[in-house]
Amino acid sequence: MSLVGLMWANLFRKPTRTVLTLASVTVAFLLFVLLRSISAAFDSGLAVTATERLIVVPKYSQVDDLPYAQKQQILSIDGVNGITHTSWFGGTYQDPKNFFAKFPVDPLSYFDLHPELDLEPADALQRFARERTAAVVDRGLMETYQWRIGDVIPIQGTIYGKADGTRLWEFQIVGQFSEYGESSNFPLFLFHYEYFKEAAAFGGDSVGNWIVRLDVPDRADEIAQKIDALFENSSDPTKTATEDEFNRQFARQLGDMGFITTVIMSAVFFTIVLLTGNTMSQALRERIPELAVLKTLGFPDGIVFVMVLGEAILLCLVGGVIGVGLAFSISRGLAEALEGIFGSFTATPVFAVEAIVLSAVIGLIIGLIPALNAQRLAIADALRR
Amino acid sequence: MLGQIKEITVMNIRNLPSRLGSSSVIVVGIAGVVGVLVGLLSMAAGFTDALESAGRADRALIMRDGTSSEMNGFLSVEQRAIIRAMEGVVHASGEIYVVAAIQKIGTDVDANVVVRGVEQASFQVRPEVKIVTGRSFESGRAEIIVGQRAAVQFEGLNVGDQLPVRDQTWTVVGHFSAGGSAYEGEIWADLANVQSAYRRGGGSSTMRLQMESAEAVAALDARLKSDPRFDLTARSEKKHYASQAEQRASLINSFGQAVGIIMAIGAVFAALNTMYSAVSARTVEIATLRALGFGGLPVVVSVMIEAVVLALLGGVLGGTLVWLAFDGYTASTLNNVSFSQVVFDFAVTPELLQMGITWALVLGIVGGLFPAIRASRLPITIALRGE
Repeated sequence: MSLVGLMWANLFRKPTRTVLTLASVTVAFLLFVLLRSISAAFDSGLAVTATERLIVVPKYSQVDDLPYAQKQQILSIDGVNGITHTSWFGGTYQDPKNFFAKFPVDPLSYFDLHPELDLEPADALQRFARERTAAVVDRGLMETYQWRIGDVIPIQGTIYGKADGTRLWEFQIVGQFSEYGESSNFPLFLFHYEYFKEAAAFGGDSVGNWIVRLDVPDRADEIAQKIDALFENSSDPTKTATEDEFNRQFARQLGDMGFITTVIMSAVFFTIVLLTGNTMSQALRERIPELAVLKTLGFPDGIVFVMVLGEAILLCLVGGVIGVGLAFSISRGLAEALEGIFGSFTATPVFAVEAIVLSAVIGLIIGLIPALNAQRLAIADALRR
Repeated sequence: MLGQIKEITVMNIRNLPSRLGSSSVIVVGIAGVVGVLVGLLSMAAGFTDALESAGRADRALIMRDGTSSEMNGFLSVEQRAIIRAMEGVVHASGEIYVVAAIQKIGTDVDANVVVRGVEQASFQVRPEVKIVTGRSFESGRAEIIVGQRAAVQFEGLNVGDQLPVRDQTWTVVGHFSAGGSAYEGEIWADLANVQSAYRRGGGSSTMRLQMESAEAVAALDARLKSDPRFDLTARSEKKHYASQAEQRASLINSFGQAVGIIMAIGAVFAALNTMYSAVSARTVEIATLRALGFGGLPVVVSVMIEAVVLALLGGVLGGTLVWLAFDGYTASTLNNVSFSQVVFDFAVTPELLQMGITWALVLGIVGGLFPAIRASRLPITIALRGE
């Protein structure tokens, strides 16, 4: 019988105990993978992002805006090869509870800087650029509100009224898009900046923030500093960061999900160490005479040590693997069921590896003391028990 | 029979110290479940409490029709004067609600902290606002006061600190409390200062009114809606904050319960494990009792009682630890309407602790039931042999 076989057989001398311990370990790692996935989805922010893009926002407050005149100044910085902008429009579709972001954008430069958006149908971009009241919409929103291309969507202006005194804005949907075909946690409703500029009662000569494309991502920090330096002493100072960093910051404003996950998992793993540790030391106590017999038969102390330690690691590993398997098999369904609560999250192979490594480490911690005791066991004493 | 139950139970419990290792598994396992569950739910409770205690039914908020954010509206000086004179209004203040980017302590994150431009009347509308350190700001000076929760949550808001806002530099001259409500997470400054720093002319974004009664709020709303000069709505402050609290709090609650349920499943396995080994360690003892004429039911009940006692111990331990560690812990999150920070304290309430103990009780019963049944079914002759 191989050593691993022997360990396995030993584990199951009390099947109830082992199965129950295994079940607890499995649940712990199931929870670990799910929480890691949710936490990562949370931290990665709101959209799939690119590091070669910078976001320029007003330095002192998100509710400020930036003058349109900054565009040429930013474009003239060496290393910058494209610029576009968004603004927070606010606005209500039917009911304030129907919450999604509506941005007035410049169609051509916006889609030029966001190649990850697969706009369709084929003439959508052309029509969006040409038609003043056109809008293009995230696919998820189209589904949620049962919109079709060609529909006219009424939006009640909450921040921006029109110069003619009314507050009803109407946009015709000419296209739909998604990011890399994925559903977005932050779906957008984009309409024409020119229309906004002409029709809005105020705010038409400014933007909410700039999106800047760089020649090479390596120079992101340097160029971000240059942009901020440019406007530092103007009446509209800026703060520039990569899109990744910007989104990460925004997500962390919601709360420190990583911290919450750490606290929960510490409680869980503390319990698991105690539980499994108790099981292992109990199992060892019952087997002391057997181990003595093994030693009498000539098994060296080292092998006995490895055997006991291996048993603990094996138990945790098996629990870890089953837990990971379970997490992967339910995570897709769970993510769909919880969509809108946690946004979309996926269990990735990285978390599986983390979980399995962690399970081995926990096995090591648990098995070490029983294994040392087993190694030090004196045959004569042990046989007498 | 009650006598039998009592005797076996007392014996079991006296025995507990000799089975300390395995018994502690139940206690710690259930303490973990109760701790995490109560901890997460106390976050939702604290968040809800901060928002709901800010809202009074007889105070009205004036906002632009069709929006649920104080940030979006625009009321001119004239409009404010008309509303101030309306029937049922006791005190009225024009306010402006904006945010400033200030670093959250202990992070590199710039948070959207609420900056509220207020008039002297704002203090009459909200008598719960009291200066706790320093003094209030003086009109016309670049001074601000800071809610006591904001002061511990964000950088550079101690009395004497300076806050740059575009072309002005504001000095913190005092901290205020507001009965534990969400206002304690805000920065307050003179309306005129905020208007100039945020380039808003003479406009305010909202109004706060102390009305004669809660009914007067609805009457005011009807009057505003029928007046073609206005595009405004009046909502009771209570309703406004309740609707803000609802969504985020229910999200945290469902997250807490989901995690709690998964952990509870794990803890039930641990409890079963402990009780099975408790039973197996006492096989001979139980068989002896049965041989002496003790019935099956007393054995079942005694094992159940042992499990429940251990579980309750765990529930109390978990609840106490969470209460010590998290009650009153200050945290903040984004409100989902205006993307501004709501600062709140975790609230480990008696209701939550009670719920935690109930969970512990249920877990103890489930964890004890099957081992108890096994114990009572042991065939006496075999068990006596110790197999």
